This record gives sequence, structure tokens and C-alpha cells, in this order.
Amino acid sequence: MTEMSGADMVVQALVDLGVDTVFGYPGGAVLPIYDALFKHPTIKHILVRHEQAATHAAEGYARSTGKPGVVLVTSGPGATNAVTGITDALLDSIPMVVLTGQVPTTLIGTDAFQECDTVGITRHCTKHNYLVMDPDRLGPILHEAFYIATHGRPGPVVIDIPKNVQVATGTYSIPNRIDHKSYRPQVDPDADAITAAIAMIAASERPIFYTGGGVINAGPDASAALRQLVALTGAPVTSTLMGLGAFPADDDKWLGMLGMHGTYEANMAMNRADLIIAVGARFDDRVTGRLDAFSPNSKKIHIDIDRSSINKIVPVDLAVVGDAGRALDAIIAGWQDAGHKARDLGEWWRRIDGWRATRCLDFPEKKEDAAEIMPQRAVKALFDATRGMDPIITTEVGQHQMWAAQHFHFDSPNRWLTSGGLGTMGYGFPAAVGAQIAHPDRLVICIAGEASLQMNIQEMGTVAQYRLPVKIFILNNQWMGMVRQWQELTYESRYSNSYSDSLPDFVKLADAYGWTGLRIDTLGELADGIQTMLGTPGPVIVDCRVAQLANCFPMIPSGAAHTDMILQPNDIVGTMDDEAKALV
Amino acid sequence: MKIHTEAGERHVLAVTVDNEAGILAKITGLFSARGYNIESLTVADISADHALSRITIVTSGPPAVIDQIIAQLDRLVPVHSVTDLADGGAHVEREIALVKVAGSGDKRIEALRMADVFRAKVVDTTLSSFIFEITGTSDKVDRFIALMRECGLVEVGRTGVVAIARGSEAV
Ligand SMILES: Cc1ncc(C[n+]2csc(CCOP(=O)(O)OP(=O)(O)O)c2C)c(N)n1
Ligand SMILES: [Mg+2]
Repeated sequence: MTEMSGADMVVQALVDLGVDTVFGYPGGAVLPIYDALFKHPTIKHILVRHEQAATHAAEGYARSTGKPGVVLVTSGPGATNAVTGITDALLDSIPMVVLTGQVPTTLIGTDAFQECDTVGITRHCTKHNYLVMDPDRLGPILHEAFYIATHGRPGPVVIDIPKNVQVATGTYSIPNRIDHKSYRPQVDPDADAITAAIAMIAASERPIFYTGGGVINAGPDASAALRQLVALTGAPVTSTLMGLGAFPADDDKWLGMLGMHGTYEANMAMNRADLIIAVGARFDDRVTGRLDAFSPNSKKIHIDIDRSSINKIVPVDLAVVGDAGRALDAIIAGWQDAGHKARDLGEWWRRIDGWRATRCLDFPEKKEDAAEIMPQRAVKALFDATRGMDPIITTEVGQHQMWAAQHFHFDSPNRWLTSGGLGTMGYGFPAAVGAQIAHPDRLVICIAGEASLQMNIQEMGTVAQYRLPVKIFILNNQWMGMVRQWQELTYESRYSNSYSDSLPDFVKLADAYGWTGLRIDTLGELADGIQTMLGTPGPVIVDCRVAQLANCFPMIPSGAAHTDMILQPNDIVGTMDDEAKALV
Repeated sequence: MKIHTEAGERHVLAVTVDNEAGILAKITGLFSARGYNIESLTVADISADHALSRITIVTSGPPAVIDQIIAQLDRLVPVHSVTDLADGGAHVEREIALVKVAGSGDKRIEALRMADVFRAKVVDTTLSSFIFEITGTSDKVDRFIALMRECGLVEVGRTGVVAIARGSEAV
């Protein structure tokens, strides 16, 4: 218990909590902490070029390692710039701790220079937040904040620290054990619920596992348990966008992603199932489509660590509150103890194979060398070229994100980083920076849209500074493709403000930042271009020109049921009514 | 296109929370952000060491929404417990109003007579006014205020509902 400054306590707490990396940007209200970090022997500070990027980089770090991401920004504009990433982390349940500087306590409430009500602004986009008024509280609060960010359903926690609290001295203390007064998430599932779940699974003729980001958050063991339970029961598996990687895509039980741009077989199987086992997924509107037509004849088991996710959208028959991994382990143990054998699901699989036969991810394309590249082909080529390299893939938001989800396949968790809940353009590139910092020797590729990339393109400077070998692969269709697609389908092709006008020359931009830039124009150049990217050390930006007007299918139009999928462009009939238009 | 809303039933929730800065904003913000109703909300410190507050919220919604409200409140870090008082059987609800009535002659006499019927106390008087204190269910307070409108009502202050379950158990 030694007397030290608040700033030193912050750094000491980070060391004690095992933090090795902080993503941040300095400013007046955090100068004491920056001084305490100066030439720090164990904590590496990564200087971003915009605070939003610090938050997404921290998310990328967190999602690819399972450890919390840490952000340090100044008061006022530093804090407000961080809000998008904090909200993104809230919606995708990413553990993150954000330290913000604040004006001195004596000036709070006076509209002081660079003052903003950070705890007020972030109150509803954090899992929890703190304003620290006393340096003696810094130790306990930092430790508690990390606990809250990483326990139960993970999420972002903000700690707002006035500058005089950083300068003042006090005693640093560590709580012996975090035994929070009121926050005690239930991690162990209720035994009766597990028994009931086992009975329901054993009795089902048409079961399906519907898994989400919760399985990834529960750690690699949860993904392993999922595989084991699927093997034991013989049931098919589909997953949300956030859950990709928890189950290997080359397994014959894998149906692909479900939902708006999910596969026909996944959506049809959800619709016709007699039992849905939802694990760490939250029945998002992008997944369910029209609610009154969502899997009408199934019983539903919902395993989730967040009780408020259960029965929020879709009423379920059995709630299992707890950690996804522990719940799956308990089901496996109970299943084996009871001596259950997998049922003969042959009839169910025959129906699934029938849906699979539509080959819903196929797309029309020309094959000659001079042909324009279909974006799906570009993703497939990237996937083929990186097989065995165990790449980490991040995406921006738009059509390219959905094509990546459909055509890039994963066999392990923590390799797929994308903004699901908030759908944040500008996420993918900084997330790749964070992932690359955490995994300096791994191949990290951001599959980007030309519009999204420009939202945080300034991070090319960060990459150059830290010599990160990040690869950006732009599916450049010269449109905000996803917006244009909706305008085509919903607004009779009135393309209001969705053209990516005045694009930079990405190759010259690469050059300006000391990166390697290359451009791929035709199908004949695709494979070689990708090989050049992979073979070039250091950061590379690939401007891959793709077909401009390709649409992403299959698609469940907003307001439609799973069974009303549009598989190909010529399936589209008529225009949407207002009820459908009003849905996002 | 029309926007539809669903009808609901009234519920009284007792919520114990850490008595910390911003907690009320957190709770009311949750209601506004998720589109839940607040008909009344009261809050006061209830523990000897001032560490805990009790918030009584009167809300309404279909059963599934009420369940969501409870689950959403329960997962907030500073929330210790959430109890739906309608759930556990009978409970007692009270509200206090201070009602100022001005006037003279018959109206003044009528106001006093009705206050007596409602067991409202006179807590202040001048030659031309009364302040009544009335305690009861919100319904009773509503009815009293409605009658006072006819008798020269000039101002009302209400506490909102506090409620507690009957019997010997604590929430
Ligand atoms: C910050 C933000 N603003 C707006 C949107 C709405 N939006 C969704 S996709 C999209 C277009 C993305 O274009 P691009 O990055 O080129 O990807 P593409 O769809 O063409 O593959 C837009 C504007 C968003 N998701 N995020
Ligand atoms: Mg585009």
C-alpha cells in the first residue's frame, strides 16, 4: 500500500490486470496517464489516428484473443469520437475497457474546455460506467471494471477520470476477490433445465442448432463442446453472422449462416424444424425475418447468459440461463449418462439435402480472363489462396461483408471479426489493426468495401508506424453496394446518393503511406494478384475491381418469412409495400 | 401506413439499487430508450448506511413486455433486485398529494366537507385558502383532486406511488 499518483495507479492496475496493449490518442485531460506510460516496459501503447479506430482496434484485439481490449482517450472530443466503437462493442458483446480523461473535478459542470458529460453520453451504450472522484477509488474501480467487462455477457465499460484525480496521490489497493454486490451473472445452468433440454433433444425428429456469438465469447472450449454435442446428436448446425467459426464449415452437419443473407438450407431447416436449440444467439431481426412466420412448428430451447435475451423477441419453451460452454458441457454429460444415442435423422437430412440442392450460393459469371470479376468469385479466390494459412478475416459493412460471410469459411473461432449488431462501416480496417497487434505473425486480411474503408482510412498511418503487415482487400464496386441493392429492390432503382463518387486512387494512396498498392481489374488477374498480396511483406492494399451492379443473394426481403427467400435476381416481383419499407 | 401499439396491464415494480450518482438516469433512460411506459416513479434512500435506494415504478405493458422490463432492469450492474409486486399476491400502495384550494363562501365550506369525507388533513390555511394533505391509492387521490377542481383548486403536488408487499417477508 504505497502512496502514488492517480495516473501511476491507473498504469499499475493495468499491469496487475495483465494488460499488454492500450489503443489510444493523447490530449490535455489524459497527459498524466500518458506520462506514466512513457517508455513503459510492459504496456505497449498503440497510437491510432482517430479515437473511433482505437475502439474498433480494441474490439479486434478482444475478438481475436478473447482478452478485453483497452482504450485510452482524452476528454470531450476524444470521448465522443469513441462512442461509436463503444456502442459497437455493446451490441456485439465485446469485452472492452475505455479510459477517458475528464476536466478536473473542480471544473465539472462549468462547460470547461473539452468538457463533455462522458458518463451521461455513454450511460446507455456501456455495460457500466464510472466517474472516479477520488484517487483511492481508482484501484478498486479498475479491477471491478475489468471484471464487469469480461464476466457474464461481455461488454464495454467506461471509466472517466478527471485530470486532478490523475495528479493527486492516494493509496493503490486491489480488491482481494471481486465479489460484486449486485452484479452476479449466472454462469452455471440450472440442472433441471439441462435435464429438460436433454429430453427435448432426445425426442426431436427435426432438431437444429442455431448458434451465435455467445459460443465464441464462451471461449474455444465452448466451440469444442458444440462440435461434440453435434456429433453426439447428429443434428444440423447453422449460425448467426457473429457465431461463424464456432463450428467448422467443412463439416457435413454445417448448413451455413442463417438469416437475411443466409443459406436457403439453413433458413428452410429453421422454418421446418421441430426443435431449435439456440446457443448464445439472440433472435435478431436479421435472423428471424417475419416474426409470425419464424419457425412456426418448433419447440425452442434458448441457452444464453443474459436472461433479458430470452423471450425478448421469440417466446421459447425452455430457458437455460448460463454460460454457453458450461451449458453445452452439462448437456453432453447428461446425454452420455442417460445413454442416449443419436436418433435416426435420415428423413430430416434427406429434406435438408433437397434444400441444399438449390445451390443457393451459386452465382452467374463469365469465365474468360478478360471478364469482370464477380465479387463472390473474389472472396472464393481469396479463401482458396489462404487455405492452411489460418488467416484472421475482418470486414467492413455492406455487400462485401455478406459475401465474405457466405463464401469465406472458417473452422475455428476468433478468426472472423465483423460488426454485426451495429453494422458499423469503418469497423473492419481498425479491427484488423487490433488483431494484427495481438497476432504479429498471423495473416490478417480486411475484406473491405470502397465506401466503408474511407470511414477510417486514416489508420493507414498507424499501420505504417508500427510496420503491421495488414492486408486490405477492397471489393471495389464503386457503389455503396448494399444501399444501392436496397434502392434497386425497394425504390425502383432510384439510386439516391449511393454512388461512390470521387474515389481516391487506392494504389497511389498506398504509396503515399509507404504501403504496397496493387490493382486487380479482370478475372485473369485475380489469382496472381492475390498471390502478390500474400507474397508481399508489410501492408498491402488491393483495389480489386468487381462487377458494379451485382446483388447479394440469397436474400429474405425485410418483412418476409424464411420461406420467401429471393434466390436469384429474377425471383423479384413487384415493389414493396409501406409496411415492408418501414423495416430497416 | 399506421403505427400500432399494444395495450397492457398496470404493474408496480420495486427495485433496489446502489445509491450512486446517475442511477436514476440509468433507470429512466432504460425506459425511454426501450419505449417502456413510466406512469409514476419514486425514489429514496432506504438503508441505514445510505448505500441503497428503493425505486418504485408504476408501468404498464403486455405480459411479455413486463417480463422484459424486469429482465432489463435486473441486468443493470447497480441493480440488486427487481420485484413485481403484483406477482407475489397482495400489496399495499400509497401516494400523498398536497392540494391547494382557494375560495370563499359555499365553495370553501364544501371543500372542507369533502376533505373530511376523504380523510384529508388541513395542513395550512389562510382566510381564503386551504392546503390539504391526502394519502391513499392513486385512484383515491385522483378522485379527490377531481372534486377539488369544482371547489377552487389552484395547485397540486403528488409524490407518486410507493408500494410494499403484504405479509412478513421482505422483497
Ligand atoms: C457508419 C455507417 N453509416 C451508414 C451505414 C449504412 N450502410 C450500410 S452498407 C452501406 C454501403 C457500404 O458500401 P461499401 O463499403 O462500398 O460496401 P458494399 O456494400 O459496396 O460492398 C451503407 C452506407 C452503415 N452501415 N454504417
Ligand atoms: Mg462498394
